[in-house]
Amino acid sequence: MRHVELKDGADLDGFRRALRGLVALGVDPDEVAWSGGAAPSLFGAIAETGTGPLPADAPPVSLPRPVGALIETVVCHRDPERYALLHRLVWRALRGERDILDHHADPLVHRLAMLDKAVRRDLHKMHAFLRFNEVRDPDGAERYLAWFEPDNFIVEATAPFFVERFESLVWTILTPVGSLQWDRRSLTFGPAAARPEGLDRDDRFAEGWQRYYESTFNPARVNPTAMRAEMPRKYWANLPEAAAIPAMIRSAPARVQAMVEAEAAAPRHRNPDKAVAAMARQEPATLAELNRIIRAADPLVPGATQAVLGEGREGAAIAIVGEQPGDQEDVEGRPFVGPAGQLLTRALEEAGIERSAAYLTNAVKHFKFVARGKRRLHQSPTAGEVKHYRWWLMKELGFVRPRLVVTLGATAALALTGRSVSVLRERGPMGFGDWSGVVTVHPSYLLRLPAGEGADQAYRDFVADLRQAREMVEGAG
Amino acid sequence: MDDALLDKLEILADAAKYDASCASSGAKRRTGGPDGIGSTTGAGICHAYTPDGRCVSLLKILLTNYCLFDCAYCINRRSSNVRRARFSVEEVVRLTLGFYKRNCIEGLFLSSGIIRSPDYTMEQLMLVARTLRRDHGFAGYIHLKTIPEASPWLIEQAGLWADRLSINLELASDRSLKEFAPEKDGTSIKAVMGQVGERILEAKEEKRRFSPAGQSTQMIVGADASTDLSVLETSDTLYRRYGLRRVYYSAFSPIPEASSALPAKPPPLQRENRLYQADWLLRYYGFTVEEIAAGGESGMLDLGIDPKLAWALKNRERFPVDVNRADREMLLRVPGLGARAVDKIVEARRHTSLRLEDVARLSSGLKRARAFLIAADHHPGGLTDRADLRQRLVAPPKQLSLF
Ligand code: SF4
Repeated sequence: MRHVELKDGADLDGFRRALRGLVALGVDPDEVAWSGGAAPSLFGAIAETGTGPLPADAPPVSLPRPVGALIETVVCHRDPERYALLHRLVWRALRGERDILDHHADPLVHRLAMLDKAVRRDLHKMHAFLRFNEVRDPDGAERYLAWFEPDNFIVEATAPFFVERFESLVWTILTPVGSLQWDRRSLTFGPAAARPEGLDRDDRFAEGWQRYYESTFNPARVNPTAMRAEMPRKYWANLPEAAAIPAMIRSAPARVQAMVEAEAAAPRHRNPDKAVAAMARQEPATLAELNRIIRAADPLVPGATQAVLGEGREGAAIAIVGEQPGDQEDVEGRPFVGPAGQLLTRALEEAGIERSAAYLTNAVKHFKFVARGKRRLHQSPTAGEVKHYRWWLMKELGFVRPRLVVTLGATAALALTGRSVSVLRERGPMGFGDWSGVVTVHPSYLLRLPAGEGADQAYRDFVADLRQAREMVEGAG
Repeated sequence: MDDALLDKLEILADAAKYDASCASSGAKRRTGGPDGIGSTTGAGICHAYTPDGRCVSLLKILLTNYCLFDCAYCINRRSSNVRRARFSVEEVVRLTLGFYKRNCIEGLFLSSGIIRSPDYTMEQLMLVARTLRRDHGFAGYIHLKTIPEASPWLIEQAGLWADRLSINLELASDRSLKEFAPEKDGTSIKAVMGQVGERILEAKEEKRRFSPAGQSTQMIVGADASTDLSVLETSDTLYRRYGLRRVYYSAFSPIPEASSALPAKPPPLQRENRLYQADWLLRYYGFTVEEIAAGGESGMLDLGIDPKLAWALKNRERFPVDVNRADREMLLRVPGLGARAVDKIVEARRHTSLRLEDVARLSSGLKRARAFLIAADHHPGGLTDRADLRQRLVAPPKQLSLF
């Protein structure tokens, strides 16, 4: 018989070392007595007579991943047999049963699954039922302290959860099987501790939590069995709110009886008729009100400096809708002031439209970009983003009441029609529901064309579209 | 936290508790890092249970219980004489962070009575979420109950900050809604569900964050005359058409200051329980609404037994099934076998021919399942067809309700 002595608690490193040695020597699990953990070993007296020490530098054992994961949780269990069971599992996995964990009905696998489940549940309950209390440091700094009594050796295993969640706080967790301390930078594992005195003495949030707990309970549904299944009594001692449970259960039937017996009472207050009537008038009533809403709203994709609102007067005959503000528009807060905007202004003039007489706006109100070094590269809005902004655009046009809407580029056409439009193929007059309209290209498309006859022709076509828009308005007027 | 705030907390938690949902699941993983606070884990955590057996996961409060609407089933309707209170945006933020830092909650479930206008109210809700996220780097869970009468843009802004949005349908039929909630309108509620569902799908495709844990709703059962069949048909439509993540059922509960329009006595809590079981069969076990309803009588589920057993008892010709041979779909229909147990069975039987004691290790529901199962060493014989099978399987009824 070989005797392996591990440290108290969850000695994963010790177990790994021992396992490597045992596997290297091919020791049968029946030949090993393990000690360590909560219970003193029965085999404490047995020396490793005649067997010699385990090799210190045995190579790692290659195990199926699920077996490795199972070992990591099961070593946390307080069952003194855990190491022996795990050794047996490894022994079998290495002797032809590599997918042993799929044999759910196998007694060994089943027993280990139960241990695994118990540890997971314990971890989960510690994440759930541990309560921090704020303790005042002499220097007034925010610091938190908790006391918890887990069933198994899970204190180290639970640390990543608390560090991740409360990384920005300074806290200490004390338990009877070890402690954790986090100072916002590093984690320290400490020895077992005793329950600290007067934990929630001056923490008013602890009191607030108890009041909340009592208020959120519905006495008409009292069901203590269901509660105890998930929150067994053993946890109550460390949950401040649990002190109220007996009284809550006791008073529930009387509270319900009173509710059922109470006659329906006539309202004591007068019906707030005026307020109810006023409630219906919530839509923005003017363009200025709508613009205030747009300005206060957050961009859908974070990054933009500000919302760029439409420009021009209400009642303008022509509304021109672009895609979204660019880099320069984002900084200045005005539409069409960048290179594409300048090109648009020139083309409008050539088409006989005065820029100041038109209403200019964008389908999407915020600049979307990716940062490349110092430069902010424009990114087209997605169809979903266009739909987010569509409600505003429609309201906006509703206030402006143009006689005709010109859409520049595919995004604007999508916003007005709700479908994807091939601008080059479908350019020209198109109905947009309540408005008649003209579809044309976006001036930034013209800027991207290589200089030459093709680009010149494209510009002339653009001006022609705008001219047609003007003629449609004049014809209709 | 001063006394005045404590009092408000009591009123506004009391007013919020009739919403059944408290789930904090389904969020994408996220952490607050060294400058923020909090994390979401995906599965969600229940930080306590109240003596009604319900999970306390989120700080579930109303921004205010003043309300201009007059929904008969609701304790906060304008004609009720309940005590009223109102939080400021800042106060909700402070409470959420305070409880969160003490590890009492996973986050916030915020809802509100309607004050001034639906838009004003919705904006206040949105501002709470935005302040938590943007000004405090809060990475915990946020569930906002949207006001369906608010403007679309406000609901869409809320989706930028929340993990989950919910829109309560409250009553299964449009007619009941008209009768009990005169200011509400079933068609527009569903239109908003459609809008939110569309935004969620688009955001997922375009890899943006918009209510990443989906949307949910709640229906009150037992306040109107809707049958279980019509409730389940509504749920089925909501799951299919609007991609809802969850439908919650809430047995109408007697409230202080009840309206005379409602029944004084609540429906048995068991009805709610059966609806949840039926809902699971619908979503994870391949049952149709018609099959589930056929297990009961005239559109109501059998309160005495769970809907899967009810279906099996009426379809005995399909049993017993062989645990070593039947396909997954059929195993899922065996009373007592849950989806997890079925998956383990399918995996384990590849290695060995399963006997009854093996099945017992994989499922805790063997007592019910054995009458419907063939195993290597077991055949139920005539048991499956015995006239008194139901009596044999059902423990004497336990009264859940206190009445
Ligand atoms: S809108 Fe209806 S359900 Fe909502 S708080 Fe007001 S009265 Fe209650």
